[in-house]
Amino acid sequence: MTENEIAARNKKIGHAITWIILLILFFCFIFPFLMVIVNVFKDKSDITRNPLSLIGATKGFTLQNFPEAMNKMNFWTVFGNSLIITVCATILTIIVSSMAAFVIVRNGRWKVCTIVFSLMIASMVIPFQVLMVPLVSVYGGTLGVLNHRLTLILMHVGFSVSMAMFMFHGAIKTNIPLELEEAATIDGCSRWTTYWRVVFPLLKPTVATVAIINTMAYWNDYLLPSLVLTKKNLYTIPIATQAFYGTYSTDIGLVMAALLLAMLPILILYVFLQRYIVQGVTAGAVKG
Amino acid sequence: MKQNTLGYKVKQYLMFAGPGTLLFLCVVIVPFIYGLYLTLTSWDGVSATKPFVGFANFASAFADGDYWSAMGRTVIYSVFAVILINIVAFALAYLVTMGIKGQNFFRAGFFVPNLIGGIVLGYVWKFVFNRAFVAIFNSTSLLSTTSGAMFCLILVSVWQYAGYMMLIYVAGFMSVSTEVKEAAMIDGCTPTQAMWNVTIPLMRSSFVQCIFLSITRCFVVYDVNLSLTNGEPFGSSVMAAMHVYNQAFTYKNYGLGQAEALILFIVCAIVGVTQVMVGKKGEVEA
Repeated sequence: MTENEIAARNKKIGHAITWIILLILFFCFIFPFLMVIVNVFKDKSDITRNPLSLIGATKGFTLQNFPEAMNKMNFWTVFGNSLIITVCATILTIIVSSMAAFVIVRNGRWKVCTIVFSLMIASMVIPFQVLMVPLVSVYGGTLGVLNHRLTLILMHVGFSVSMAMFMFHGAIKTNIPLELEEAATIDGCSRWTTYWRVVFPLLKPTVATVAIINTMAYWNDYLLPSLVLTKKNLYTIPIATQAFYGTYSTDIGLVMAALLLAMLPILILYVFLQRYIVQGVTAGAVKG
Repeated sequence: MKQNTLGYKVKQYLMFAGPGTLLFLCVVIVPFIYGLYLTLTSWDGVSATKPFVGFANFASAFADGDYWSAMGRTVIYSVFAVILINIVAFALAYLVTMGIKGQNFFRAGFFVPNLIGGIVLGYVWKFVFNRAFVAIFNSTSLLSTTSGAMFCLILVSVWQYAGYMMLIYVAGFMSVSTEVKEAAMIDGCTPTQAMWNVTIPLMRSSFVQCIFLSITRCFVVYDVNLSLTNGEPFGSSVMAAMHVYNQAFTYKNYGLGQAEALILFIVCAIVGVTQVMVGKKGEVEA
């Protein structure tokens, strides 16, 4: 064997070993999900007897956990709430923060722009725990606007506007040539139409990144929604899961179904948009 | 068009940035300032009056033994979690950038825990620890012992965040050009030496960023803490954020809770910023 052949063979062996290691790690990573999937089709007594068996020993394969859990969790209402809140808040975040970024980038010398920009950057380090008590006392006690979906949507936007603005700021500064806007102005566009007809369409990649990051954040957020929405018919999926677990924690079959239902929407989305989500999250993380 | 008048500027600013600025002020800046004021009162969250007590809340916060043991626990948890998250994430990133078949599939797979919220993840793992592991290892649940509960929290956090940090390290690996590595190899470096002396120093900004993100997340961990252990057994796994929540909303000491939240924020900010400053200092470029 020549040296090259030996090197090629070693490389092949190396790749095979890596592949096996990755497979084992992958199994460890999805093991908790596998446990849920295995047990969701079993009766409560079968889960207690042996949580590892693939099919229940006494009652066998069953689907009855799903309708019961959906019913008790009020799944469709809760799912609808989560969907409305996530979609509205994401769209609003994109519109509001990209417009703010536009005026701040293009008029960097105005005092108000520098002040707001620095305030927003500085505020990104404030954890939610510092704001939750005053937030509840102002909007719950003084103004009494809690328990409205709109309140939560606007709060979500308010909390993420600084981060999103920062990302749009970078995108406009580096990717949108000023000449393009000048040309639009000469052709008779106002600032408003210039923005919507020329600048915004060019921001698509950043829009996608911001949309992905915020959709995931809003969909999964627990602490803020649990403080704002305390009525049962307004619950989002994370709050409903928590409440459900508190009431039915002993009925383990139902818990499995509820957990799977809570995970399913975003997992289905991930299957279709996996490439974009991974790209978007990477872009967001590296810039932020 | 007159572009220098104050009226024009105000109109332009409000038209584009008005809604964003308003929401930001209402949700972040006003509560932050109001929160500073709340720390000086002994408000219970219900009564109309907010008795002014000066710095008494900070004095009680410093004397609150439960708070400081929660804080100590959070520091221990964060140290272990941050180190392990970054080691695991770096190793995963290394493995999925070697150019083997199906590496995109693995990347996507390791990222899955990040898609799901901490509350749901905590309950899923609670089932795994209480039922599956008990059946596999034929022992009592780890969650029922003091140190076991801490271990479980760290394990779940590592599992949850490793995939996310992996993506940042993958981006870091991609940014180091192969030419630099090849040049080092031609100069006689072994692959291991090239890794330690070329690749890792060039990826320093990825490390700084991942460590910053994991520190700031671990310090205020709440969701997983609530669903996985809920502070049990015997309050031995109550983290600082949970203590703050209970102090304010369960025991109705809004002023004291807010003061403790502020201290948590300051500690977290100091650690995070110091880390970034130390990390940025030694950054090198190719």
